[in-house]
Amino acid sequence: MLGGKSGQAIQKAMEILVALGEMYGAACMLPVTSVQIAGVSYDNLGEAGLAWLDAMAVGGGKVRTLTTLNPAGMDITNWQTLGISPDFAVSQMRVIDAFARMGVLTTCTCTPYLTGNLPHFGEHIAWAESSAVCYANSVIGARTNREGGPSALVAALTGRTPAYGYHLDKQRQPGVTIEVSARLQTTDEFGALGKAIGLKLNGVNAKPVCYICGIPHADLEQLKTFCASIATYVGAAMFHMEGITPEASTHKPPEWTIPITQADLEASHQLMNDAMPDAVDFVSLGCPHLSIREIAHLAELLNGHRVKKEFWITTARPTKCMADQMGYTAIIEASGAKFAVDTCCVVAPIKGRFKVLLTDSAKACYYASSKNRFKTVLRPFDDVIAEALR
Amino acid sequence: MKWAGRSIYKGYAVGRALVSHMDISFFGGVDPDTGVVVERGHDLEGQSISGTVLVFPTGKGSTVGSYTLYRLKSNGKAPVAIVNTECETITAVGCVISEIPCVDHIPIEQIHSGMHLRVLGGEGWVENIQTAVDQNGASP
Repeated sequence: MLGGKSGQAIQKAMEILVALGEMYGAACMLPVTSVQIAGVSYDNLGEAGLAWLDAMAVGGGKVRTLTTLNPAGMDITNWQTLGISPDFAVSQMRVIDAFARMGVLTTCTCTPYLTGNLPHFGEHIAWAESSAVCYANSVIGARTNREGGPSALVAALTGRTPAYGYHLDKQRQPGVTIEVSARLQTTDEFGALGKAIGLKLNGVNAKPVCYICGIPHADLEQLKTFCASIATYVGAAMFHMEGITPEASTHKPPEWTIPITQADLEASHQLMNDAMPDAVDFVSLGCPHLSIREIAHLAELLNGHRVKKEFWITTARPTKCMADQMGYTAIIEASGAKFAVDTCCVVAPIKGRFKVLLTDSAKACYYASSKNRFKTVLRPFDDVIAEALR
Repeated sequence: MKWAGRSIYKGYAVGRALVSHMDISFFGGVDPDTGVVVERGHDLEGQSISGTVLVFPTGKGSTVGSYTLYRLKSNGKAPVAIVNTECETITAVGCVISEIPCVDHIPIEQIHSGMHLRVLGGEGWVENIQTAVDQNGASP
């Protein structure tokens, strides 16, 4: 592949993998069974990123393993309703087309594990999308480094990744115990826990893998939002959660212990509230993309009501299809809330359009503030809806 | 003065050093059209990395940063070479796809902005080629 016999795209792909392998001292390349690619929004890629993807497609690049795609900058079919410009839409479709030509499944979701790309325990995979990386390593027990858009793509094109980092047992060892005495119930609280850990580990170089104790129960949605938050605020690729994640029982809690009290959790939560609810002009749920269970619950709460603010629901297209079939979509759209499928409020080009975001997602707060310069209000899922109806 | 480091990406370049003591996020931190550092509070804020031998500890931030380097290169605003203390995935991939020579494991505290550097990416060498005349303030 490196010699160019498999074509230019594969040659460049191997060149990248060899550079990474040598840099991180990998002993060999590993075959991968699943890839998730990020770097899809035209807002982030620009013309040059698109040109590179196009060159890889023209150069004969074809995926060799199951490969899915991160959210794009818009809903592929419903972009006009969401106020996306036609110029942006054309460019965005060229990006998606380049991926499709390489055989990538254009799922456009940050939750591949909910839509058919679900590796099993111990499998070597190459995923980008930091929240999904954390979910795969921690909750599933598959093995991936925090790949970037290009490094995930080249893993898909070659079916290989260098053996270093989280592919090896050594890197998966916990280095710090996080003892949680705070009570966690709602998704926004699980998000606040991620930020609270980030605040405690601020200034620590080479962030250790966290071994988290004191959480008696966590469901899929709570873990999904916690993964997004700890990946955003700690830069974590994985964690262990005692009694919940599969590798936790193979380790002892490390001696170095950091407590997270109710006060710590509340302080972290408060930092993501820098505006009053009255000032909210944009409501968004679905960071990470909503599960079908969350959409069912949302439909129940919105049934027969009208939302008073611009309200985006971001989810994966396959999940939306299920919502269509169950009648949830009709109920939700009758309330005035809008589905923004294939995209999310982190990657859509919405800078300058809104001032204050209301959400249940700690990750969404981070990007709303840093990338889009919005103020944020963080509330439990049910309260977000109540506020949107007020 | 010549420093031996590690090769990240091949290629030969000569240019003036621009040294930062802070990590760099290419995505969001550098304007891809102008090459100017725009991250608030960064020690290079307002300066252009275009045409320089860019010297900094390590990369940070979104992995889309690799494409930002590619955009900079396509726009003619990329650094001619990159020198790191410890390279990471974003910068390494960005250098490979943009064909920017890159070397790490260099004691960057010994390098100062304005030094005239030669970088041999494939060999992992960085050399200060400033002449005596040069150091006295005359133009090279």
